[in-house]
Formats: sequence, structure tokens, C-alpha cells
Amino acid sequence: MGLDPDVLDGAPVPVPVAAPAPAPSAGSRAALLVLADGRFPAGGHAHSGGAEAAVKAGRIHDARTLEEFCRGRLHTTGLTAAALAAAAAAGVDPLALDDAADARTPAPALRAAARRLGRQLLRAARATWPSPELDALAAARPRGAHQPVVLGLAARAAGLGPPDAALAAGHETVSGSTTAAVRLLGLDPFDATAVLARLAPELDHVAARAAEAARRALGEGADALPAASAPLLDLMAEQHAAWAVRLFAS
Amino acid sequence: MHLDHADAFPHRHTYSAADPHRPDGTRRALRIGLGGPVGSGKTATVAALCRELRDGLSLAVVTNDIYTREDAEFLLRNAVLPPERITAVETGACPHTAIRDDISANLEAVEDLEDAVGPLDLILVESGGDNLTATFSKGLVDAQIFVIDVAGGDDIPRKGGPGVTTADLLVVNKTDLAPYVGADLAGMARDAEAQRGGLPVVFTSLVTEGGVAPVVEWVRARLADWAVRP
Repeated sequence: MGLDPDVLDGAPVPVPVAAPAPAPSAGSRAALLVLADGRFPAGGHAHSGGAEAAVKAGRIHDARTLEEFCRGRLHTTGLTAAALAAAAAAGVDPLALDDAADARTPAPALRAAARRLGRQLLRAARATWPSPELDALAAARPRGAHQPVVLGLAARAAGLGPPDAALAAGHETVSGSTTAAVRLLGLDPFDATAVLARLAPELDHVAARAAEAARRALGEGADALPAASAPLLDLMAEQHAAWAVRLFAS
Repeated sequence: MHLDHADAFPHRHTYSAADPHRPDGTRRALRIGLGGPVGSGKTATVAALCRELRDGLSLAVVTNDIYTREDAEFLLRNAVLPPERITAVETGACPHTAIRDDISANLEAVEDLEDAVGPLDLILVESGGDNLTATFSKGLVDAQIFVIDVAGGDDIPRKGGPGVTTADLLVVNKTDLAPYVGADLAGMARDAEAQRGGLPVVFTSLVTEGGVAPVVEWVRARLADWAVRP
């Protein structure tokens, strides 16, 4: 948090990339609603996005502190996830993006969670929007690719573009934590949903930055993507993974 | 939203329970779900089933704990199966979601067990303790057992609900406690029969020797059906 992701970006190294295949054209904008729906059966309900650890530590205790937590997540790990998803939707090589996601996820617990969720999303997406690209990723990463990469490729399979993939990834970054906080704290669900509404303009902004970075990554490779991270989320995710009693998997 | 529409929305894709074959063409393991309220004896039933069946069959268990690994650890502690045959799925405070609305984590656990210790004959998927409406998706299991107990109230069969009315087998457990809690077993049997339209009901007392036998018999019949199903 508080780190300027642009400063963290690696120096852009031009990487020759194959011309991306055109995105499938059969999509509909409404597919975004299907993909971003919290009920999409891809395992997200069992994860809190760091909220459980933050609640236990007393950092989230009401709607205001939930909003601060979500804002921090959105501009750090949210931006990084949104850019990975946008790049995958744009046609950047998903395996290169998977490596880039590893490099941007220092905490082993979060790497494991991201791959587990990616594998679950891949299953749901292949059944929902069958696509050779999703099949190829599943064959190359049978234990799962990073979830934002899968999300972007699923958006592509659904005929959605990079900006929509970025929106879906960014939204998920904050909506999962919000739902978890409602369950953990008994927060008023109207107050919690209002937090998401207040963050919406910032989510638009983050998604636009992510889509712009994805556009550059098409020519320059995955190094053009932001590498914003939140060290406290990383540290607390490692602690959370060692708890004997917890409600959420991460 | 939570109603089952098995006929209207069949699971035809190849990522779930609907396909009874492994990619190599052999018949995959039969998957049986066990659901029911907290404390009714689901884990004890799973443990007893494992003890009875493990010598003749290749078995594995998936537990869906609500907030701990308690159920998985109970099975490990009692050494009903080797540890590599027991997997715990975390459910984010929503056990019914993990067995019905979003089965992806459970499907992965089932597949990982097949990969690690397969080929398996039978996989038992135990739900976390939940409410009377919690049933398994047909995309996850081939048959399901709903476990209630006499101490939870002898009016539960009369109240019905999807678990009681639609499960392939209803188990009424802890019959040994009936005299102490004033439960009317004959009345429970009548109510269950009325609610279930001919689906089987068995009464068990797992603290007595061979108490799980009626459930074992039912599971063996399902395995026999599974082996000859096209």
C-alpha cells in the first residue's frame, strides 16, 4: 500500500510476441454480468481476500474500516490482478502471464490460493464458455494457473474485452472481502454493499489503468504490467494459512 | 434459487459427476454424499462405513468442515483410513454452498484423491453440519444419505424439507437415546414414510455392535447397481 506501482514496474523490455489471435466474437456484453456474479461457481465463496486475518487483527471492525481495507486492496493487489486479467483477455500468452503472476505474488499461501482458485475457475469457465484456449491452459497447468490469468482468458472466451476483464478482476478483489466481512462481523449488509458502491469510481479508474497496461503488454510483454503489492496482506496471509481454526481458506 | 431442478438443468458437461467414466473409459468411483444437521452422526457414520468396507473396497473420504479440520482429524485419529485417503475441503462458512451451489472445490478434491490413491471404488463426501434444506448437487454425487438423530427432535421427519424428503437414504441415528429424550420412533418412521414416498429409511445406533449394518447394506446395493449401470 502507498507504493506507486509505476515505480515498481520493471524496465520495459521489448519481448517479441506472436501476433495475438483475434478474440472470439460470439460474446455479449451481458456475459460480464455472468462472469462477475458472486454466485458464479468458481470457489470464491470460501476465500476472504485477507479479510478474515484483518478482522482478527482488529483492522476491520466496521463499514469505514472495511472501506479502507478494500481501497488498499483495490489499488495494490487489485490493480495487479486487473492488469493480468486484461492482458490475458487481450491475447498475451497466458503461460507468460502465469509466470508474471508468480513473480508478483511473493507469499506462498497466496500463490497456492491463486492457483487453487484458478483451477476451480478454469473448470467452471470451460463448462460455461468452451474454448480451445482454456483447454490449452488447463492442459499446460493441470494444477491451476493464477486466478486473474484464468479470469482474463475466461472473459476472452466469453467474447469480452480487456477493460471488462479488468473490471471483473478488480470487482472480485473487493467484493469477496466485503462478503466475508459481512459473515465474520455481522456487518449490516446494506452498509457493506454501500462500500462497494462508493469504491466503484475508483474501480473504474483502476480498470482503465489495467487495460492500458495490458495494451502495452501486447507489444512489450508481461514486464509492462504493474507489480503493485500490499506487504501487510502478504504477511497476514502467511499467518492465516497457519491458523488451526478459520472460516475461510484464505 | 435453492430449489433443485435436476430434470430441467441436467449436468451434461464432462467436468462433473454426470459422466460415470474416467477419461480412459473405465468406470469411475461411485460418489455418495452424507449430509444432515450438526451432531447427528455423519462423521461417526462415515467412520463406521469405512471400517466395514475398507477391507474389500478401495475407499476415500472428502470432509467439508465448517471452520476447522475437526471431522477430517476425527477420521485420522481413529485411523479408519490411511491419511492420504482423507481430504478436507474448506467451505468459507457456507457448507451447503460447497456441496450444492458451487461444487468446484469438492470436485477437485474427488479428482485429486482418484489421482493420488486411485483407482477408487467408492468416495464418501461428507457435508459440514447444516440445516434441513442442505442437499448435494447431482453434479457432485451419484447418491446421497441424509443423517438425522432422534435427539434432534422426533418431529424432524414430519417437518420434511429437501434433505428428509429427497435423499436416497434417510438415516435416523442414535435410536439408543430415544428413551432418554422421549422420542417416538414409530411416529418418526410413519412421518418419514409419509414424507418420502417409498424412499428407504433406516434406524441406527452406532454405539451398538454392527449398528451401521443397515447403511452398509444400502451402500453395497448402490455399488452393485453402479457396477452394472450402462
